Amino acid sequence: MTSTVNDSAPTGARSPARQYRSTKVRRQRVRAAWTFLAPMLVVLALVAGWPLVRTFYFSFTDASLSDTAGAVFIGLENYLVYDSGQWYGVLADPVWWGSVWNTAYFAVVSVSLEVVFGVIVALILNAEFKGRTLVRAAVLIPWAIPTIVSAQMWAWMLNDQFGIINELLMALGIISSPIAWTADASYSMWAVIMVDVWKTTPFVALLALAALQMLPKDCYEAAEVDGIHPVRVFFKVTLPLITPALMVAVIFRLLDALRVFDVIYVLTSNSTSTMSMSIYARQQLVEFQDVGYGSAASTLLFLIIALATIAYLYLGRNRLQLGGE
Amino acid sequence: MTSRQFSKLATRVGFWCLVAVVVVISVFPFYYAVITSFKPSSELFRVELWPSQADLSNYIQVFSQSSFIKAIFNSVLIATSVVFIALLFGITASYALGRVRFRGRSTVLLVILGVSMFPQVAVLSGLFEVIRGLNLYNNPLGLILSYTIFTLPFTVWVLTTFMKQLPMELEEAAIMDGATPWVTITRVFLPLMWPAMATTGLLAFIAAWNEFLFALTFTLTDDQRTVPVAIALLSGGSAYELPWGPIMAASVIVTVPLVVLVIIFQRRIVSGLTAGAVKG
Repeated sequence: MTSTVNDSAPTGARSPARQYRSTKVRRQRVRAAWTFLAPMLVVLALVAGWPLVRTFYFSFTDASLSDTAGAVFIGLENYLVYDSGQWYGVLADPVWWGSVWNTAYFAVVSVSLEVVFGVIVALILNAEFKGRTLVRAAVLIPWAIPTIVSAQMWAWMLNDQFGIINELLMALGIISSPIAWTADASYSMWAVIMVDVWKTTPFVALLALAALQMLPKDCYEAAEVDGIHPVRVFFKVTLPLITPALMVAVIFRLLDALRVFDVIYVLTSNSTSTMSMSIYARQQLVEFQDVGYGSAASTLLFLIIALATIAYLYLGRNRLQLGGE
Repeated sequence: MTSRQFSKLATRVGFWCLVAVVVVISVFPFYYAVITSFKPSSELFRVELWPSQADLSNYIQVFSQSSFIKAIFNSVLIATSVVFIALLFGITASYALGRVRFRGRSTVLLVILGVSMFPQVAVLSGLFEVIRGLNLYNNPLGLILSYTIFTLPFTVWVLTTFMKQLPMELEEAAIMDGATPWVTITRVFLPLMWPAMATTGLLAFIAAWNEFLFALTFTLTDDQRTVPVAIALLSGGSAYELPWGPIMAASVIVTVPLVVLVIIFQRRIVSGLTAGAVKG
C-alpha cells in the first residue's frame, strides 16, 4: 500500500477527493474514539457516578443497611433537626466536628512534614554519590509496604509494654516510664501522623526529585563562581523553581489525607481522639447500620473535598493543564 | 589541616550521616518486623536489634490457617483481574483521549480527574447497594468491580500522557495504509506502549493489593477476605493480647513480593508516578 502514500504526498494542494477522504477518516476516528471510551465511561458511571447520586439521595432518607430499598424521604433530618428543645443530626454532633478537626489537623501537619522531609530526601538523592541507587531503593521501601502492614508494624514498635520505641527512649533517658502511644489520647494523633509521614514521604520525595532533575545547571555554576553559600542558593534559586512541582505533590497528598481511613482504623480503631471523617461515616454506615445518617456524613466529606479542590483549581489556574495541551 | 579542608570534611561527614539516618528510618521498621517474625512466642517480648535464632513457628501458624491462604489467593486474583481490566480499558480510552481530537474530550478528562479525587467513603453506601443488587456482596467479583473506581482513572490518565508523546508519523502511516483505529492500537501503539503499560499495571496492582476500605466493607466471611483485611483482623486465642508474632509473619509474607517488585522496577515506578502527577 505504499502507492497510496506516494501519490498523495507530493501534491501539496488538497484535491477535493483527498479532502473528502480526510473528513471521512476524521469522522471514523471520532466515532472510534467514542466507541473506545464507552466501556470505561459505563464502568465509571456504574462504580462512581450512580453510587454518588445514591449516596446523596440516601442522605435525605432513613435508609438502613438491611433495607435500602424501603427508604423514606425525611428531608434534612440527618443533617440538622430541632426536636423538643434539642438539635440532632450530623451537624449537631460534637463527635462529627471532632472528626472534622482531627482530619484537618492530620492533613495539614502530616502533609507539611512530608514536604519538608520529602525535599530533604530529594536533595540527598539528587547529589551524586556511590550507592545512590541503593539508597533510592531503600527510600522506596516504606512506599511499597501496604498501609495496613505499616500500621501493624508501627503498632508493634509503639507497643506500650514491649515496644522498641519505648525501650529505646527509656534507655536514652528521654522518658522515665513507657508511653501508651496509640491508646493515650494526647499521643495517638502524633503516632498516626508519624506512621503516615513515614509511609508517604517517599512519594513526595520522588516528585521533588523529578523537579530537581529538570532544573538548569548553569545558574548553579554561576552561583558557585560567585561564591554564594549553598543554603542561600537553595532558598533563593532551587526552592522557587521546584515550588510548582511541590504544589502538585501537596494537592495530591492533601486530597489523600482528607479521606484518610486505614492507618487510623488499624492504629487506634474507632477512638474519638483520632477519628477522621471517613472513619466517622463508615462507623455510622456499617457498624450502626444507619445508611441515611452515614450518607449525610459522606456527603459532607465529599462537599468539603470538592470545595478544597475547586479552591485549589481557582487559586492555581495556570498550574493544571488538562492533558498537557 | 586548613579550615577550608576541615569544612569540606565536615560537610562530607554530615552528608553521610544524613544518608545513614534516612536509610535506617526507611528500612528499620520492616527489618524489625522480619526479626520479630522469626522469634518464638516465648522470646517475643524481649527487645533485641539482632536476630538470635530463626524460629519458623509463626510462619507455620500463619500458613496453617486455611483462611489466610485463601486471602492470598483472593488478593492475587483480584489484583491481577483489576490490572487486566484497567489496562484493557485504559489503552483504548487513552488512544481516544491522546490521539483523537473531538468535542467533549476535555470534559471526559475532567470527569476522569474528578473521579480520581473522590473520597472512597462518599460512594460507599451507593456502591454497597449496587454490589448487593448485582448479587456480588462477599464475592471477589464485587471487589474487582469496585476497585476500577481508583485504578481506571489513574491508568487512563498516565497512559494518555504517554500516548501523546508518541510521534504523529506512526499513526499517519497507519491511516494511509487504511488501518482501522483498532488495528492501529493493537499493531502500532501496543508494541510501543509496553513499558508504560508495565509501569501503570504495576502501580494498579500495588493499589489493588493494598486497598482496605472496600475490602473490609464488601466482604463478610474469612474465606472472601483479602490480605490487608485478614492482617488487620488477625487475632489470637485470647482477646487481650494480639498475636504479634503471626501478625508480623503475615506482614512479611505479603510485603516481600511488593518490596522485590519495587526494587526491580524502581526506575519504571518513578517514571510512572511522576508522569501521573507532574504532568497531570
